[in-house]
Amino acid sequence: MESLASAIVELILAVGAMALLMVGVFSGSSAFKTVSLLSIGVLVIAILGAATLPTSTVVTYGGLFVVDGFAAFNKILILLGSALALVMSIDYLRKENLARFEFAILVLLATLGMTMMVSANNLIALYLGIELQSLALYVLAAINRDSSKATEAGLKYFVLGALSSGMLLYGSSLIYGFSGSLEFSDIMAAAAASDDTSFGLLFGLVFLLAGLAFKISAAPFHMWTPDVYEGAPTPVTAFFAGAPKVAAMALLIRVLFDAIPGLMNDWQQIIIFLAMASMAVGAFFALVQTNIKRLMAFSSISHVGFALIGLSSADQAGVGSVLIYLSIYLVMNIGTFALILSMRRKEGMAEDISDLAGLGRTRPAMALYLAVFLFSLAGIPPLAGFFGKFFVLMQAINAGHITLAIFGVIMSVIGAFYYLRIFKIMYFDAPVAEFDVGPSRALNIVSSATAVLVVAYALWPTLLNNAAMAAAGTLF
Amino acid sequence: MEIGLSHYLTVAALLFTLGVFGIFLNRKNVIIILMAVELMLLAVNINLVAFSVFLQDISGQIFAMFVLTVAAGEAAIGLAILVIYFRNRGSIAVEDISQLKG
Repeated sequence: MESLASAIVELILAVGAMALLMVGVFSGSSAFKTVSLLSIGVLVIAILGAATLPTSTVVTYGGLFVVDGFAAFNKILILLGSALALVMSIDYLRKENLARFEFAILVLLATLGMTMMVSANNLIALYLGIELQSLALYVLAAINRDSSKATEAGLKYFVLGALSSGMLLYGSSLIYGFSGSLEFSDIMAAAAASDDTSFGLLFGLVFLLAGLAFKISAAPFHMWTPDVYEGAPTPVTAFFAGAPKVAAMALLIRVLFDAIPGLMNDWQQIIIFLAMASMAVGAFFALVQTNIKRLMAFSSISHVGFALIGLSSADQAGVGSVLIYLSIYLVMNIGTFALILSMRRKEGMAEDISDLAGLGRTRPAMALYLAVFLFSLAGIPPLAGFFGKFFVLMQAINAGHITLAIFGVIMSVIGAFYYLRIFKIMYFDAPVAEFDVGPSRALNIVSSATAVLVVAYALWPTLLNNAAMAAAGTLF
Repeated sequence: MEIGLSHYLTVAALLFTLGVFGIFLNRKNVIIILMAVELMLLAVNINLVAFSVFLQDISGQIFAMFVLTVAAGEAAIGLAILVIYFRNRGSIAVEDISQLKG
């Protein structure tokens, strides 16, 4: 009898989501508030559950599911990202007449899919995790069903997401055929057994990586990102930019190092190409954006590029640096979106960068927080974002990828321009209409807590770094 | 002539390519995109079942069953999103899906 304790996080989320559906149906007019708060409670309990997971590797449920320190670390990150996104969403949804209790349950189900992705040890588990996540996310993108922008975002996300799932599946089927098994460890053995890599296996690998690149929105598979980020309701965008990125990146790392480490010479070139393309697309296209959500989409594409740099060295320190980068990125992103959600006037949400003009005079505290996040996203010391970039670039240099590192630094400088442009608009441009609706208490708490984390990271970097390195160690 | 593994793989590759082209070259109708997506998934199923028989290993057929089930769910969600999109725009022509760009 295999222990249920290995799947404690998934059990809490699945049972919680189904129970809350019932609560929502029977609690009448207070359903939205009750279910949202209880969902946050479920996520917090799941974080506690994730803390009890073993840090040594346990492969269970017929080889479909793996629990190790890497999975536990990423599960905690994902659950944190989802919980904070839910906290930020409640006030917005109420004001925009989107207060349906299904929102929180869809977030729970998407989170369940993500935690399954992180623990996948077999191509079937990988596919089911991704689809459980994606199907919930498609619905979330289109949750504002009376908005033509939101439904267009949902439709685009669905079509391109389905295309990426198709490519991922086609790659999986070829890998299955040419290695003879769906299980990661057997695929690894099959790839190592033959001296020259089989063409079919390589072909499958390319399709699989293309499908996963869609999910992390790495260029050139990024085209859905800006449209979906702009069209979807802002709390949904905040959710999209955080937890699903972490989950997809963790899954990519799991596949690269657990299933196909034998093909390292082949996939390393693909990863380096994806990293360079993403950084370039993120840096250049962001320069001309006027909508802040669209800007954040390109910002997230470039951050994914930077995270991929860490994988170019293909060792424990490299994976550790990616985990550090993802943790810092998640915190910065949540904080920035908490402030974007605070850009509200009586007539509705403001989304243009020009709406921030003169914020330094009209709302000094908000401007200060936003400045902290922008400097951190740009990678300016001593804020956390700088250290994230520093560690991944160090890995590239250690592994001898000097061109990649130099390219990364140049793109980081170009990226700094558009972050600093927002800073200039906030502090030096003449004020426009003030944001006359104060942010909710939840948004204030989230933005100040994340700002403190971003600033304080430099004081105690080892807390995060040791945990990330230990988590990365369980993969090797 | 005996039908072997490579014949199945060729058919699947052709169907998959048709599916991908159906998504990118079609300028008319979103429903056709949904059909193209189904075509891609069915091509994958042919691959999986052919490999499963060739390898004498049942797990490929189990995978195909899962793909079929998920594809049904995916189609349901896709059509639901398409319906709310049509209610907002009154059109499902591919060239009209261009409100978000830049």
